[in-house]
Amino acid sequence: MIISVASGKGGTGKTLIATSLALTLSEKNKVQLLDCDVEEPNADIFIRSSVTQSYPVFIPIPKVDEAKCTYCGKCAEVCAYNAIAVVNKKVLIFPELCHGCGACSYLCPESAITEEGQEIGIVEKGNSGNIELIQGRLTIGQPMAPPIIREVKKHIDSESEVIIDVPPGTSCPVVEAVKDSDFCLLVTEPTPFGLNDLSLAVEVVRELGIPCGVLINRTGIGDGKVEEYCSTQNIPVLLTIPLDAKIASFYSRGVPLVNGIPEWRGRFVKLFEEIKQKATI
Amino acid sequence: MKEVVVLSGKGGTGKTSIVASFAALAQSKVLADCDVDAADLYLLLQPQIKQEHEFWSGQTAHIDNEKCNECGLCEEVCRFGAIQNYAVDPISCEGCGFCSQICPVDAITMHENMSGHWFMSETRYGPLVHARLGIAQENSGKLVALVRQNAKHIAEKENLSYIIVDGPPGIGCAVISSLSGANLALLVTEPTLSGMHDLGRVLELCRHFGIPALACINKYDINEENSRQIESYCANQKVEVVSRIPFDNVVTEALVNGLPVVEFSDGRVKQEIYNLWRKVSERLTP
Repeated sequence: MIISVASGKGGTGKTLIATSLALTLSEKNKVQLLDCDVEEPNADIFIRSSVTQSYPVFIPIPKVDEAKCTYCGKCAEVCAYNAIAVVNKKVLIFPELCHGCGACSYLCPESAITEEGQEIGIVEKGNSGNIELIQGRLTIGQPMAPPIIREVKKHIDSESEVIIDVPPGTSCPVVEAVKDSDFCLLVTEPTPFGLNDLSLAVEVVRELGIPCGVLINRTGIGDGKVEEYCSTQNIPVLLTIPLDAKIASFYSRGVPLVNGIPEWRGRFVKLFEEIKQKATI
Repeated sequence: MKEVVVLSGKGGTGKTSIVASFAALAQSKVLADCDVDAADLYLLLQPQIKQEHEFWSGQTAHIDNEKCNECGLCEEVCRFGAIQNYAVDPISCEGCGFCSQICPVDAITMHENMSGHWFMSETRYGPLVHARLGIAQENSGKLVALVRQNAKHIAEKENLSYIIVDGPPGIGCAVISSLSGANLALLVTEPTLSGMHDLGRVLELCRHFGIPALACINKYDINEENSRQIESYCANQKVEVVSRIPFDNVVTEALVNGLPVVEFSDGRVKQEIYNLWRKVSERLTP
């Protein structure tokens, strides 16, 4: 089963939950933990796997053979992203705008365009007990996270329980990370920001047709409006975690919740059982 | 006119609470919420929307099944896995148009996407430009650029001193779009290993684009040992730590009451944010 842990708002506790769920499940199962927050991957701070494998992720960008090029401008015309311009017998390429679709090289009438890989990040793999950690890491200055997320997700093994740590937000990287999950666990906090961003995240998972449930972190502060929202929207609240200095302190030091306070393991087992019942498979 | 963008790498470190307080403290400014995927600043500034605009950006392929002869060429060339069984999955489609260019029977057309809305608003603290990206839409970087452009336009027209930008989490497309060309980045971190890791990446991004940065440690007292490490890291990187804000439930209480924390409580948090804005504004206009 593939469970994605998402939130809309950042800093609600996605990584805290994803790592504790992975550790709890790894007592009895093979688990893959996929850190798809490739802009700011943090899961391994808690899992401390020994990264044993690392390889670069490339996107294909065009390279023009000026000897063959007639400056007809076809490549610039077909590029939807304005990543190629032809001016004064010169072809300018803007790699950071290129999505690597390949249209320019395929459609060049002179076959003057080949593609070369531009590195935009890396994928790393490591193990810790029964957990296989796979994380992506976007190179600083590169804008596009989705190709790295796609690469991370290629490693999904259907024999394992798969937990995906999703980036914050609601746009393309989130969609790329969440899609094809069997269940999406939405982590929020009981504040107006938490509620606003939860409702956006719910719209995303509904658009993708993925069943979801909510986990409310840091209860005891804020207000009760997240629970009201969940009840009117018919979304189950699967677990609540109180605002607690001890939990915050373990988190700050990179200690997973279920290792710092082992009593939580039972609650994560129960959380997984409930998710299994509510997931599509 | 000077522009400061508030970033953090890691989400939930307190960017929006700090920006809302700056809104209450700063004179002569326009505010811009560039976290267009999950825009929250409006919840504290309670804007009156003066202008609402549609944001059209990007395209999605559409296959006309009447014309399609099921040759499968489109599926073969699509690198985003967006075409299956002669139908387009609009969520996977990146709008490159390759399929429509090569379809031998012209069965594929490209349709413009309405990808969200952006707003010019008035608040009791001054003008605010904000946006809402459509659900599961792309091009957040372009929408961010549009929000910043319009904030700049207002600042020029009304001769305002500051543009204060609430940035998105991460270091990718939307953050790059929020940061490029700004005068200063204020990096809000927290003393957790995740916060420290993410601070390092967003600082590198500032360096990459040549934007000077200041740091602020929020909730510094939840782990004072980590806070000391952040201070020594910043000292090594020659980044000034201009504020240490204590953890206090009043920040959340202010949020629940829909107010910037500096208007809600008179404690140490208010004092720290007051000093923080003073230092940021001094750096912007020495």
